[in-house]
Amino acid sequence: MPEKKLMMGNEAVARGAWEAGVRVSTAYPGTPATEINEYMSTYEDVDTEWSVNEKVSLEVAIGASLMGARVLCSMKQVGVNVAADPLFSLVYTGINGGLVIVTADEPGLHSSQNEQDNRYYAMFAQVPMFEPADAQEARDMVKRAFEVSEQFDTPVFLRMTTRVCHTRTVVECGERTEVPLRPYEKNPAKYTMVPSHAYRRHFDVEKRMTKLIALSDTCEENRIEMRSPDFGVVTSGVCYQYVREALPDYSVLKIGMSYPIPNQLIRTFASQVKYLYVVEENRSYLEKAILVLGIPVEGKEQLLRVGEFNAGILKRRIMHQDSGQKGPAQNVPVRTPGFCKGCGHKFIFEVLAENNITVCGDIGCYGLAALPPYNALDTLICMGASVGMNHGVRKVAPKELKSVGVLGDSTFFHSGMTNLANIVFNKSDATTIILDNRITAMTGHQPNPSTGHNVKGLESPALDIETLCRALGIKHVYRVDGYKKDEIKARVLEEVARPEASVIIVDEKCVMVKKHG
Amino acid sequence: MSDQIINILAVGVGGQGIIRLSDILANVAFRCGNDAKKSEIHGLAQRGGSVTSHIRWGKKVFSPIITEGEADYVLALEELEALRYAHFLKPGGTFIVNDFRIEPSSVLEGKAEYPADIDARLAEYGKVERILGSAIAKDAGNIKASNIAMLGALSKHFDILEATWLEVIKESLPEKLHELNEKAFAAGRAAGIS
Ligand SMILES: Cc1ncc(C[n+]2csc(CCOP(=O)(O)OP(=O)(O)O)c2C)c(N)n1
Repeated sequence: MPEKKLMMGNEAVARGAWEAGVRVSTAYPGTPATEINEYMSTYEDVDTEWSVNEKVSLEVAIGASLMGARVLCSMKQVGVNVAADPLFSLVYTGINGGLVIVTADEPGLHSSQNEQDNRYYAMFAQVPMFEPADAQEARDMVKRAFEVSEQFDTPVFLRMTTRVCHTRTVVECGERTEVPLRPYEKNPAKYTMVPSHAYRRHFDVEKRMTKLIALSDTCEENRIEMRSPDFGVVTSGVCYQYVREALPDYSVLKIGMSYPIPNQLIRTFASQVKYLYVVEENRSYLEKAILVLGIPVEGKEQLLRVGEFNAGILKRRIMHQDSGQKGPAQNVPVRTPGFCKGCGHKFIFEVLAENNITVCGDIGCYGLAALPPYNALDTLICMGASVGMNHGVRKVAPKELKSVGVLGDSTFFHSGMTNLANIVFNKSDATTIILDNRITAMTGHQPNPSTGHNVKGLESPALDIETLCRALGIKHVYRVDGYKKDEIKARVLEEVARPEASVIIVDEKCVMVKKHG
Repeated sequence: MSDQIINILAVGVGGQGIIRLSDILANVAFRCGNDAKKSEIHGLAQRGGSVTSHIRWGKKVFSPIITEGEADYVLALEELEALRYAHFLKPGGTFIVNDFRIEPSSVLEGKAEYPADIDARLAEYGKVERILGSAIAKDAGNIKASNIAMLGALSKHFDILEATWLEVIKESLPEKLHELNEKAFAAGRAAGIS
């Protein structure tokens, strides 16, 4: 009998990909996607890597697909912004071995800097998209996505959301099917997107779209569940669960393939019910599509504009049910997360705050310095932005404004290095502070190029950030002891006053790594 | 089996073992033949922030999360966290609260006061069972087993064999921790109120 067990959605994605014969898995960490690649690395027959950023990880995936292997590439929602450049033209070239890209979206932004809805990336780049509603579907749909990828010669998105990624639900697994490598043939008209080739490939994309639309209207992932003839709900992903829980008698059009949108099926469903609702998180993706068909629908705009859905919202707003419980207790002191005990990267923020230095911050554990008691960051936007933003600040700021850019080692490799080259090239006097803890701590301690080992725990060269900075042309590079506040202060004050670009490396291994290995 | 869904909201502070506890709880329910779901937030919150985990089981479970006013039990490893999520309890539901406080930085910095009247305030929402979970764990050998001691107290409310709980606990923990956690569970169970 096939084994059934409770599996986290991310584990189920990895399991499904492994069963589908995936040989290569690439990713850059990011909540809520991280565990997918961590689980992939536990399969010996999958070549798994942490790439330095999402663009690189997609490019590696494309190369492996070109050589005929099935490849999984996973990232958090904002990772797709970074990977968007190769993505849009990959749609034109198509694939060789199946290529599935997981985007883990975060309604409610529990661990993210925005709430972007990557269904619009599917629409924007014309990439078919599947949206599982639980771990079983995640496992099933990733397998299906590989078939669609190869059948239609296209990358395919699997859109997860936090509540699918990090929920354990019952999953029935299967075994791995070995999928032979598809032979590679040189085909510049397909794989080299010079304008004349790309122009012709665009016709192929449109032809593919016609077929995908037919698929979306007929595939089993998009299904009508008739119950009430009066009320119908169009929904997708985890929202399906909220609808079934709160509105058990309502008919449902469950959309499991959300791009292309199954217009015919929506029309059919709408004709079978009297009132149509749509229940979705993030943007009004389905609602707008239904309105464009000229079908009256309500729900999204009225029920939830920001944040996560839950069954309670539907129970209250549509069913007018109320538990009768009191509201939240008042005056409960907040409990914000903070730096770990003994962290070597907090004193630097005391120095920066105490000396009134403008800080272009970045994304990592040190983002916690934006919160009390430090309140040390002026900005936090996206990975790597600290360095370039500070350079921009220096262009305009009055002389008495002292500023720095602060980022971590993983972020430096992700997108800080190019920014540093830009500083040198453009003769900036910017001071950049690199908090080198030799690990990607925020997302759960994944190794990066400064760590000395890879995702499988095998030794790999540890890149030395000081050497790199010098090689990029920074003449003034200093290391400081993260626990010596006086030393840090003296160094920071000297560098912010220096009329040339400089780098300060706060060189402290992550305490959690020191403690737990 | 009835169609009734059991809803348990486990709350505490990052590092207290909420995720381990809720994994065990969901697996026990699943082993007893239920559909089960368990959901929590990973990432930033685990860094000393407030942490919740939603565990639901029954014949068929749809939503992975519990909504306000729906939890049969709020299992709190820390007192203030019980209060923070009190409104998730259903009217007539039960708080199972560890007799343990961790002062948040807002209190340590003197910007807020740790409430003195937590039990009275919780009582406005439902029944309160205060369990000496951390003291029990300490007696068993290590305060880190507080989560399992509290699981023991919760287990008193369910008609599930003690052996099933212990089986799943042992499967979920490395062997060197078995003795400690078995002890903590048994003592927590003995202290539980049914
Ligand atoms: C484009 C993008 N990818 C991934 C993430 C998720 N993420 C947030 S912080 C972080 C790691 C930061 O690591 P590092 O700079 O070394 O700092 P540390 O947390 O170790 O202090 C990652 C991967 C993100 N926010 N944006």
